[in-house]
Amino acid sequence: MRIINTREIVKNIKEMCIEANYKLAFDVEKRIREASQKETSSIGKFVMEQICENMDIAKNDLIPICQDTGMTIVFLKIGQDVHIEGGFLEDAVNEGIRQGYREGYLRKSVVSDPILRKNTMDNTPGVIHYEIVPGDRLEITVAPKGFGSENTSRIYMLKPSDGVEGIKKAVLETVKSAGPNACPPVVVGIGIGGSFEKCAILAKKALIRDLDDFSDKPHIRKLEEELLNEINNLNIGPGGFGGITTALGVKIETYPTHIAGLPVAVNICCHVNRHVTRIL
Amino acid sequence: MDKHIVTPLSKEEIKKLKAGDNVYITGIIYSARDAAHQRIYDALVKNKEVPFTLKNNVIYYMGPTPAKEGKIIGSAGPTTSSRMDKYTPLLLDRGLAGMIGKGYRSKEVIDSMIKNKALYFAAIGGAGALLSKCIKKSKVIAYEDLGTEAVHELYVENFPVIVAIDSDGNNLYEISD
Repeated sequence: MRIINTREIVKNIKEMCIEANYKLAFDVEKRIREASQKETSSIGKFVMEQICENMDIAKNDLIPICQDTGMTIVFLKIGQDVHIEGGFLEDAVNEGIRQGYREGYLRKSVVSDPILRKNTMDNTPGVIHYEIVPGDRLEITVAPKGFGSENTSRIYMLKPSDGVEGIKKAVLETVKSAGPNACPPVVVGIGIGGSFEKCAILAKKALIRDLDDFSDKPHIRKLEEELLNEINNLNIGPGGFGGITTALGVKIETYPTHIAGLPVAVNICCHVNRHVTRIL
Repeated sequence: MDKHIVTPLSKEEIKKLKAGDNVYITGIIYSARDAAHQRIYDALVKNKEVPFTLKNNVIYYMGPTPAKEGKIIGSAGPTTSSRMDKYTPLLLDRGLAGMIGKGYRSKEVIDSMIKNKALYFAAIGGAGALLSKCIKKSKVIAYEDLGTEAVHELYVENFPVIVAIDSDGNNLYEISD
């Protein structure tokens, strides 16, 4: 059995909140710069150049890349041989968020009740997803999620007979309807299978994958590649003003599902696709 | 074609700007997003005072990250404009000249822009660090309890935007389809 103290969890989550908001992961930054070079529409190129300049300014002047530093999504993969001591795990995660958003000069964008809407002033609580896995490590992923793109995401409860064509239609419809509102170029995370809530979590997990990887299931890898092409053929372009780059990547996660169902979740993320992972 | 304009905006200047123009704004603009719009709208409906003069002025749909010591403002890019669509026709009727944001506007907003001769500018979504450098002064003037959603009076210099929808209703988001 391995003991992990909540002090370590608080410290790491604090640091990860800050890191995620100031510097994009290598694969994301690379795709943005490549897209900027390849873009053919003049207004699209103008937008991509501003986006690239913005990343440089954020890094050099220590300003958050985007002012929407998001609601903090946290994935915890807890090895079943881990014992947490020092306090309640959920409180430690939220304390890490609280400290990160205060010390990192990040925006406080959370309201305590969705109807009454009073700002909690410390960006807590985060949205925490727990998974028990074999072993004695604690893997933490912090993925701040901006809501410009989150608001354009959708879930479709398709019929099995809708098939791959139905899935593609749902994804393209979601991206088209989002248009400029999701700050394209976007990253599209898709969850297929499971249940109503499971496919949504799958889609969020898809968003934190490395943009250079691909599914290990050949039929899903094919769908990822085809959808990336079909989305770019919509020509929504950077900022939604037209162009050849509408999506930087499309990732799909799947899960077994009911004989009567084909749940499909389409989670849109903008080009400021933020996620940091550490293993304790 | 690059155009430089200074706020407040006259109707003559507004009519000269066309969808697709690259514009650089200098002068005072006011930040207001969801919660502030709800309050301003309620105040107008009840004939109460609003935090700033609407006539000929420009609203920026934005909530910034906190400023570090010695800095004017944090990251300050645009938020999605369509969430403010419900409130906008009334603000335009009361003289609001321009709005800076990103993304689609509803037909009701566009019709009101044509009727009142107003402009909708798009700032680059996600370029919060770059845009913050164009903000030379920032002061909270109302609704401080809203935190990032408080109304800020901002002095900007050469703030880069694109005319997304002009006062004739030409819509760059449709033109590029």
